[in-house]
Amino acid sequence: MSDARAETRLWLAQRISAAVLAVCVVVHLATMVAAVQGGLTTAEIVGRVGGNVGWLSFYGLFILAAAVHAPIGIRSVLSEMTQMSKERAGLLAGIFGLFLAVLGFRAVLGIYQLGGGG
Amino acid sequence: MSGATLSVSVWRGGGDGRFVEYKVPRRESQTVLDVITHIQRHLDPGLSYRFSCRVGVCGSCAMTVNGKARWTCRTHVSRVADDGRLRVEPLRNLAVVKDLAVDMTDFFDKWAKAKGAFAPTATRGDDFAAISPNDPKREQASAGIECIGCGVCYGTCDVVGWNPDYLGPAALNRAWTLVNDARDGAGAQRLKAVAGDGGCLGCHSQQGCVQSCPKHLNPTASIAGLKRTTALAALKGEL
Amino acid sequence: MKAGYRDHPAYWAFVLHRVSGVVLALFLPVHFYVLGLALDDASVLDGFLAWTESAPVAFAEAGLVVLLAAHLTGGLRLLAVEFLPWRDGQKSLIAIAGGVSLCAGLMFLLNAT
Repeated sequence: MSDARAETRLWLAQRISAAVLAVCVVVHLATMVAAVQGGLTTAEIVGRVGGNVGWLSFYGLFILAAAVHAPIGIRSVLSEMTQMSKERAGLLAGIFGLFLAVLGFRAVLGIYQLGGGG
Repeated sequence: MSGATLSVSVWRGGGDGRFVEYKVPRRESQTVLDVITHIQRHLDPGLSYRFSCRVGVCGSCAMTVNGKARWTCRTHVSRVADDGRLRVEPLRNLAVVKDLAVDMTDFFDKWAKAKGAFAPTATRGDDFAAISPNDPKREQASAGIECIGCGVCYGTCDVVGWNPDYLGPAALNRAWTLVNDARDGAGAQRLKAVAGDGGCLGCHSQQGCVQSCPKHLNPTASIAGLKRTTALAALKGEL
Repeated sequence: MKAGYRDHPAYWAFVLHRVSGVVLALFLPVHFYVLGLALDDASVLDGFLAWTESAPVAFAEAGLVVLLAAHLTGGLRLLAVEFLPWRDGQKSLIAIAGGVSLCAGLMFLLNAT
């Protein structure tokens, strides 16, 4: 049954993105603790990520993993705790995931370009 | 202990019934089943409930006592009756037939749906299968086979309550024992059955089943095993 | 006791994981939007960042960090339950150890503001 395969793939995607996020979150928290010392400014953010392919890649991966992980979780919450069907919940969650990805990449690409990246 | 009275709230009626209060004399080493039996024999002969062995072997007397699913024959009143009060209701997540008796149809239907039946590959004429008790897969199977289908885990699981299609801890635990049984021949169909909507992937590892199983089985671990097995099968394109 | 059957650690771990997940999911678009403010006018974002240095906001941020840490450590515990051979008790230890260490990181964060 393709339904079984699809569900299993979603489950795997959730676990794999979780593992990726675990690493990204630790790096991000460490970076923030260091960056926040003495106050955070736009210039500082642009200075770090702007024109820097390394940070762009890191945040790009981070956003992608989050845009996969959060919707799959929300889908479960919606289908279990409301009257919504799995299909409807999946649709809403998918839209949410796209929304996250768009907002996220807009921000990171924008900041990258602001700092001289092309 | 003797001379004191217990206030017992018992569910009467069907799904839309209500609680009725009874006063039951307290006795030494009294179990909740003793209390229910007393009510039926001396206070209200119309009370419906199930029991059989009354010594903790058959699982028929499973009910919800003060919020938790238990075997009433193995539940001492002294351990659960806070300030002399007891609340007894039918097992959760199953349709109420009458009073404390529930319809176990869904429970056993899901057992079958999870392909919880052994599919033989040998015949009478073949020799015995030689399986070492130390074989890791055999140990996995043996860890889960003592299930007697009492329904306590099913009546505890939140996911069963949220998702009517969820196969539940007992059915999935049984499926896992068969996945690990080298003599069984229905492996492929079974994996499909437990990976679908309502299958092992619905488990959130809350472990209510582990907490409540009167035989101390671990359906969460079995389900985790099913998750790994189905994920691997999906990756290999076998699902 | 209505829901006495829920009175065990793994259940509360589930609740925390679910609640923190939903909160974080709701927070993320806001977070991305705020960062996107840098693109229009740096002073808008700077103004916002200055506002976040006030005590109540710093506390709210710290709260988010705690939820993130909780979701992370809880998630690691789940990955262990699902992928590693079962071991009783060890699962809670993972969450506790991780939670404590990340809370230490959080203290650091609070000190930084």
